[in-house]
Amino acid sequence: MADATLDATVGHVDPDDTSSLQTIELTVNGQTHTLTLEPNVVLLDALRERLNLTGAKKGCDHGQCGACTVVIDGRAMNSCLLLAALAEGQDITTIEGLADEDGTLHPIQQAFLEHDAYQCGYCTAGQMMMATSILNDKDIAKDPASIKEAMSGNICRCGAYKNILDAVQSAHRTIEGA
Amino acid sequence: MRAFDYARPGAVGAAIAAHAKADSAYLAGGTTLLDLAKIDIMQPEQVVDINGLGLDRIERLEDGRVRVGALVTNTALARHELIETHYPVLSQALLSGASTQLRNKATTGGNVMQRVRCPYFRDGASPCNKREPGSGCSAIGGVNRETFAVLGTSEQCIAAHPSDMCVAMAAIGATVSVHGPKGTREIDFGAFHLLPGSTPEREHALEPDELITHVTLNAPERDARSGYLKLRDRASYQFALASCAAQLTLKGGVIRSPRIALGGVATKPWRALEAERILEGKAPSKALFEQAAKAAFKTATAYEHNAFKIPLGQHAIIAELGKLTGLATTQEAS
Ligand SMILES: Cc1cc2nc3c(=O)[nH]c(=O)nc-3n(C[C@H](O)[C@H](O)[C@H](O)COP(=O)(O)OP(=O)(O)OC[C@H]3O[C@@H](n4cnc5c(N)ncnc54)[C@H](O)[C@@H]3O)c2cc1C
Ligand code: SF4
Ligand code: FES
Ligand code: FES
Repeated sequence: MADATLDATVGHVDPDDTSSLQTIELTVNGQTHTLTLEPNVVLLDALRERLNLTGAKKGCDHGQCGACTVVIDGRAMNSCLLLAALAEGQDITTIEGLADEDGTLHPIQQAFLEHDAYQCGYCTAGQMMMATSILNDKDIAKDPASIKEAMSGNICRCGAYKNILDAVQSAHRTIEGA
Repeated sequence: MRAFDYARPGAVGAAIAAHAKADSAYLAGGTTLLDLAKIDIMQPEQVVDINGLGLDRIERLEDGRVRVGALVTNTALARHELIETHYPVLSQALLSGASTQLRNKATTGGNVMQRVRCPYFRDGASPCNKREPGSGCSAIGGVNRETFAVLGTSEQCIAAHPSDMCVAMAAIGATVSVHGPKGTREIDFGAFHLLPGSTPEREHALEPDELITHVTLNAPERDARSGYLKLRDRASYQFALASCAAQLTLKGGVIRSPRIALGGVATKPWRALEAERILEGKAPSKALFEQAAKAAFKTATAYEHNAFKIPLGQHAIIAELGKLTGLATTQEAS
């Protein structure tokens, strides 16, 4: 497919820089980090391997399982299919940023604990990030069918779906009642 | 993933110029591009990020048409008031596609340009005329069930076009605005996607370096009703086995201006013109819908594992028409 002559400087952020590295700033859980990365690094790898935030998981690496879900500017996204550079200047929240600084759990974390909404736990961070974005989204109804539909991009190999649904509804009640 | 260079231009002209400098791919949401770059099916030397071009607006034009920027996300489009009110078929189609996370990132232009889900195309090794012209088609004599077409196929390729959004756009009618090295031009939505024929590697009407800037939807028909029905192997988060987008008006007890498009069963978003001709000016009835559905698949070719798509696609048409006209055609037509 690729047989055009490669001009090593084409497309570089800095045309004088012959290496392809680029420097970007990522704001994760309220903290801004400066990273020097190859342009093809996806956000999931930047989080896990460069920032040591290993809560978001690599399940499939292809947008199919939801284990890598993070919230960007209020919307849940698959961090495995998102170039890190695209998230520059945006507000990224990962599972590590969900609890309060004093350790008080977010209502969704508390609800997952109380409802035993995980087995092996591999999908859990993604499930909780998806759930928090749904709970804040006025366009998504909170009846069981709508929650299931909105969360169908989060696969659980252990099949903890029933308890996950209970936890999300319970967190919704907690937040509404607060 | 192979290394690539990255450019983030701030204007359409600069994006096209950057794209022309190397073997490039435009990057919108990246949900198709990165997926395929990771498995080495797409190998751009340069990625041109088009997120900074200001193409993320939805606006109503003076002539009543609705112009959608190429970078409007699938979620934003589905939830936009103009779309929910005037084009329910488009809103429903978008929300039936992929997952919440993917729709939040996927864009209008990217969705139009998404690649087929044929597993032989994706495996990088099997003979595949689309990936490697002239190498043969592994699907025709292979396992050819869910992601394969019965309409618009050729002896070279039978992969179904996977988009839901595009099926709704085909039913509504739309124009694709593109900008390239030679200036701007408009392409009718029905002419944008190409049949595989003997050149399955050519999937769309874009010339080298051309960029989609907008998709403009035909003005809504007064009093039109529309909807989308998607049938699949599970209730959510799955590509269509068969889907039907329909738009029509009921006047004086008869159907006017019906527009029917099919997904999951064809190699491009498929207008069922023959079915439309049968419906025009007639009073809704189950027999009429059956006749239209039959006509829609008159030219279908079944392959070893996907023959079921012919009756399934016909049922999608019958059920959706029943829903839109208030006629019960099936026990469960939702
Ligand atoms: C797990 C999974 C499930 C999915 N399920 C569904 C489904 O059920 N229904 C459905 O319809 N889709 C489905 N999709 C596909 C999804 O809708 C597409 O991946 C998405 O719409 C692509 O948009 P994007 O902005 O991310 O495109 P990108 O990945 O950024 O781009 C895709 C292609 O288009 C080109 N391109 C992008 N924008 C432009 C432009 N403006 N002009 C010219 N070229 C451009 C790019 O160079 C690239 O070749 C699924 C995808 C995944 C990964
Ligand atoms: S159906 Fe098309 S994409 Fe699939 S193997 Fe055949 S040529 Fe390739
Ligand atoms: S790792 Fe991203 S969706 Fe599976
Ligand atoms: S708890 Fe094991 S995958 Fe969900």
